Amino acid sequence: MKKDYLRPLDFKQGRVDMNHGAGGRAGLQLVEELFARAFDNPALRQGNDGAVLDLPNIPGGHRLVMATDAHVISPLFFPGGDIGCLAVHGTVNDVAMLGATPLYLAASFILEEGFPLADLKRIVESMATASREAGVPIVTGDTKVVERGKGDGVFISTTGIGAVPVGRDIGGANARPGDVVLVSGTLGDHGVAILSLRESLEFETTITSDTAALHTLVAAMLAAVPEGSLRTLRDPTRGGLATTLNEIARQSGVGLLLDEAAIPMQPQVEAACELLGLDPLTIANEGKLVAVVAPEAAGAVLAAMRDHPLGRQAARIGTVQADEHHFVQMATRFGGRRVVDWLSGEPLPRIC
Amino acid sequence: MKYVDEFRDGALARGIADRIAAELQPGRRYSFMEFCGGHTHAIARYGIAELLPPEVRMIHGPGCPVCVLPIGRIDQAIHLALERGAILATYGDTMRVPASNSLSLMKAKARGADIRMVYSATDALALARANPQREVVFLAIGFETTTPPTALVIRQAAKEDLANFSVLSCHVLTPSAITHILESAEVRQYGTVPIDGFIGPAHVSIVIGSAPYQHFAEEYRKPVVIAGFEPLDVVQAIGMLVRQVNAGRAEVENEFIRAVTPEGNVAAQAVVSEVFELRERFEWRGLGEVPYSALKIRPAYARFDAERRFALDYRPVPDHKQCECGAILRGVKRPTDCKLFGTVCTPDNPMGSCMVSSEGACAAHYSYGRFRDIPVVSVPA
Amino acid sequence: MCLALPARVVALLPDDQAQIDLGGVRKTVSVALTPDARVGDYVIVHVGHAIGLIDAAEAERTLALFAEMALTPSEPSA
Repeated sequence: MKKDYLRPLDFKQGRVDMNHGAGGRAGLQLVEELFARAFDNPALRQGNDGAVLDLPNIPGGHRLVMATDAHVISPLFFPGGDIGCLAVHGTVNDVAMLGATPLYLAASFILEEGFPLADLKRIVESMATASREAGVPIVTGDTKVVERGKGDGVFISTTGIGAVPVGRDIGGANARPGDVVLVSGTLGDHGVAILSLRESLEFETTITSDTAALHTLVAAMLAAVPEGSLRTLRDPTRGGLATTLNEIARQSGVGLLLDEAAIPMQPQVEAACELLGLDPLTIANEGKLVAVVAPEAAGAVLAAMRDHPLGRQAARIGTVQADEHHFVQMATRFGGRRVVDWLSGEPLPRIC
Repeated sequence: MKYVDEFRDGALARGIADRIAAELQPGRRYSFMEFCGGHTHAIARYGIAELLPPEVRMIHGPGCPVCVLPIGRIDQAIHLALERGAILATYGDTMRVPASNSLSLMKAKARGADIRMVYSATDALALARANPQREVVFLAIGFETTTPPTALVIRQAAKEDLANFSVLSCHVLTPSAITHILESAEVRQYGTVPIDGFIGPAHVSIVIGSAPYQHFAEEYRKPVVIAGFEPLDVVQAIGMLVRQVNAGRAEVENEFIRAVTPEGNVAAQAVVSEVFELRERFEWRGLGEVPYSALKIRPAYARFDAERRFALDYRPVPDHKQCECGAILRGVKRPTDCKLFGTVCTPDNPMGSCMVSSEGACAAHYSYGRFRDIPVVSVPA
Repeated sequence: MCLALPARVVALLPDDQAQIDLGGVRKTVSVALTPDARVGDYVIVHVGHAIGLIDAAEAERTLALFAEMALTPSEPSA
């Protein structure tokens, strides 16, 4: 008899079952053989339900930033990424959009009974890679299992904390008339990559999701200009650019005027949206950001973005103007003008 | 995108708009109705109204099949899904149309109705094949452009002898709607809605050809210019209409020569007349009952007719008392004339059909153009 | 009312289907309503079906007509 012998998990053929979420040996085995092994870091090695963490020493003091996101995307795997790396990038980005340095992540998983361990391993390893590449460790987590039919394979929720220097105030309420609106690259990539996989919309495209961690891009932008020049940062995820800009307009009590011709977009994204009758400005992005900057700093911020691998196609797309109605207007490529409204719900393909 | 980008050239558009302005007869106003919702959408999306001189006014017509789909038909679709257990397949456009009992197809789905959004009628057929133990009903809406695909699918279903597939036909006809508008009291007798001419639909015309419009030009002495779908096509067509009006002509001209022929797509017309026949009457939301304006499935294909298969009866449901969709669809009123517009009735909470579809006059104006109603002071950067 | 786009026929497939290309995006659609469509032709696609063909010569003619109609700055008004 071997002491403490535990048959290793079968990652090829095995499936998640109710035991894995029951808090007993099976659950612990899943954590040890999969999660802890993949995410491995000093905090996790403490082996407790929570993690004791060190905070960096930022001269002048700092404040804590916390952000959380749930990920329920389907399909789980898509060109350019998967639910795992998306979960890491999404929360890292939420923290970074406040001008904070992301420090640690927590990840909780709701697994559906019957979910293949091979897929789970793939997702977890993708998360581990994303976390390592971003330099933001996953220090604590949780796993639960729900009965077959009560989950969509896997749901992941991530929470991130970061530190922002005292005195830095980056937020949606800071835009002022005269400010410049920048975007870090082509829009609509993620949404189109996902749509191409949806049943009944199937089309072939080489577009891949743009999912990426943007905190180093943000750091480069902040370093290029005096504190206070970067007014707002936001990543246009669900609802796309239209939603993000309308949110900012409303929060800041201003209007915006965009230049359609200046908005970077891949031709295939435009074509796919035309085919389905969707407005590319309402389509999700997972590796892009919108920045509102003081006019005198715009040039320097744009240069810093283009110098960074995630900002090569950064562009100036508009300006902030006084407008008591908070309209986001756009000068169309055609020479006319229209309002860019936000969505009332999901963008639905149309025939008319 | 070839055949798309060249037709969106803004500089050329300004040139044509300048020409239009230069050719206007002094003191004269021009009102043209663009029948097709796709044109309404293009005008709004590209801001074409801004390019045109103020003397040229565009009236938005009822060519939006979602806008003219009466509440009673959505109710039938919801009933089939919620109470008869059918899988209801539909295009995305209809999902949010408000119906009776505060329901819409989307809300019915939240209540457990099996509603599936499809991009094409063939997807509905695929659903039927994949779910042989369930009834699958396809809610077929659209003008003459969308009807041939539905006809093909019904014919295919017959060939495969599918036992669980049917279609709820709400296909409507363009010429009948145009006639109805021209026959309306306001236009014919009182002249309160002076429609000087029509921009004819792009894609409907690919199917039916340019010949059917001859009737309007002759009988009602109104010029018709069939225009392509891109903004340059629309602006060009407006220019052609202005010229006809100035010269006192009332002819059918085809701007969309690259895709529309006088006889249209004969193969498509053939498959439609094999499967469908005229309904004596059909309710159009906002227009009331219009004779010979819609299609039903022929007796030979009766088993694929959802109305017969499920013994459905039709119950008309009136719109909100203050909803002006009817007048707006006939071009008699503008969205801003409606008390509900932008207050109670918004794209988030549509009270009437004009607000539901992004092509509806109210939705298009709200989403793209309402900034024009309110003076906005902009501060240069 | 009818969202339809011109797309190039890249390949003809069995059962009245064809693969089309629009700006680099490819999709399989039905060409049952356009039996004369050949590879290289441009068709107008609506709800997964090609409903008509684009006549290349007429398209060129249309663009020429636009240019003719447009008022150039040096031209006097009519």
